[in-house]
Amino acid sequence: MSALLNIEGVTKRFGTVIALDRLTLDIRENEFFALLGASGSGKTTLLRMLAGFEVPEEGAIRLDGADISQVPPNRRPVNLMFQSYALFPHMTVHGNISYGLEMERLPKSEINARVGEILETTELAALAGRKPDQLSGGQKQRVALARALVKRPRLLLLDEPLSALDKKLRAAMQLELKRLQHEVGITFIVVTHDQEEALVMADRIAILRDGRIEQVGTPHELYEAPSSRYAADFIGLMNFIDEGGRTLAIRPERIAVFPSSADRTVAGRVVARAYHGLDLMLHVQTPIAPLALVVRVTADAADRRPVAEGDVVTLGWNAADVRTFAN
Amino acid sequence: MAERSLGVRRALGIHLALVFAFLYIPIAVLAALSFNEGGLPTAWTGFSTKWYTALLGNAEILGAAWNTLFVGLVSTLIATVLGTSLALGIETRARKGGAIEALVFAPMIIPDIVLAIALLSFFSLLNVPMGLHTIIVSHVVFNLAFVSAVVRARLKTFDWSVTEASRDLGGGAVITFRRVTLPLILPAVIAGALLAFTLSVDEFIIAFFTAGAGRDSTTLPMQIYAMIRFGVTPEVNALAVVVILVSVAAVTLAHRLNRGIVAP
Repeated sequence: MSALLNIEGVTKRFGTVIALDRLTLDIRENEFFALLGASGSGKTTLLRMLAGFEVPEEGAIRLDGADISQVPPNRRPVNLMFQSYALFPHMTVHGNISYGLEMERLPKSEINARVGEILETTELAALAGRKPDQLSGGQKQRVALARALVKRPRLLLLDEPLSALDKKLRAAMQLELKRLQHEVGITFIVVTHDQEEALVMADRIAILRDGRIEQVGTPHELYEAPSSRYAADFIGLMNFIDEGGRTLAIRPERIAVFPSSADRTVAGRVVARAYHGLDLMLHVQTPIAPLALVVRVTADAADRRPVAEGDVVTLGWNAADVRTFAN
Repeated sequence: MAERSLGVRRALGIHLALVFAFLYIPIAVLAALSFNEGGLPTAWTGFSTKWYTALLGNAEILGAAWNTLFVGLVSTLIATVLGTSLALGIETRARKGGAIEALVFAPMIIPDIVLAIALLSFFSLLNVPMGLHTIIVSHVVFNLAFVSAVVRARLKTFDWSVTEASRDLGGGAVITFRRVTLPLILPAVIAGALLAFTLSVDEFIIAFFTAGAGRDSTTLPMQIYAMIRFGVTPEVNALAVVVILVSVAAVTLAHRLNRGIVAP
């Protein structure tokens, strides 16, 4: 499959700080792609570069095969949903959404038809006459999304789209964004620092670190086969055991308590128990790691053989479930 | 904060009343005298608007009023365009130290008399014939600073991401300014313009120095000055009241507009 977007060897510095360091990445047509990274990893710079607000010093950004790295933001078939939403406060919801189409000098009838359509899709029809300051956070977010989507861009960029919403609404909007992406058939690139959000929404994820790609893959690949200690630590919970110049990494759910069979066993004392609905998290202090190992036990298993804080337990795991990284 | 005793509060109230009395009694007296039929400041002889009628029949005063209005409007227009551009320029460029900011503020801080002498020397040096146009240029010099100060205050809380959003949605620089930036800063621009107009209308020293010798470039403050050299006449009182009303109206409007600004 050929790539819709091809980022090749892109470098950007701000003064002496290197924001993007010869970064190379391909993004496919119709993909929901997440750029995941800590603050300062370069993910926002990359997004702004795709929108046209930053120009790379080196490298190329090709969209449908044509280099767009020097094309100004207003001449790119790319739209950005801003983290702050950046709605025009002096225009109504309808005015905000029609603005981008007016810039294309489309006939009024077509503008109204397309705005009406997107208002339906995003369930904003009843609010069309309101100004942004009369909207809730979730409504503003939908207006910002509608305003970008109505342009039918080749690429929709979303900068921390859910960060301003409360936790419950965020969970609902993660699925809503995924549904919307399927419905409109536009490639989405979302920037986030929230690994859970990336895992839920994205078809593929790139983990950024210091302006470079640490690893690219599907959520499943990143979770099950992290290529580095950093990637392993970034996605989900992971136990690390430093041993003989290398690091062993194992997920909490891959460790069994009182295993019937295991490639390796170790004894430890339970220092904490935390209840997480279906699961129970045990923190077990062992001689092989300075930090307590986190072990996920299902509620059923915990009922069959209860463990309390202070108990001594035997932990075990299979070699196939351990990832090894050279130090 | 500690509770103030009744006595202290009463004393502070009296103090406040005295300050306001000191500020406003002369103006009230002036306004009252402008309606004094006899025209003498020593005795009240009855209510009359005849001095306002006389004002309307005085060609010199009307000419000066026209000049003042002309200078005020033209210098305000120029200062508003330039001052707004300057404010946008300073606020959108990366910070380049305080040098530009100090230079922009200078005309507000330099004493009027110094600015007046400087401008007079400047025009003489260049052999520019003086008249209303030189007053206009001189008023632009200090009004520029006031307009840009008011507009910059608004830009400090401006969310520039809306201009990026406009660019992202396909708007070029000109359309973005016309449809997004300008509508959002317009209350501040108008407030700056009204302030500039008020300052220009009652400005005396600089206009006096840069008006040249001709009588036809006399502005209202200069006309009033000329008239009171022969004593305060009731006509001057009436004129002063008119000027006060115009200034207060402009400043009130400017204040209203500035208060109406809401950060997006």
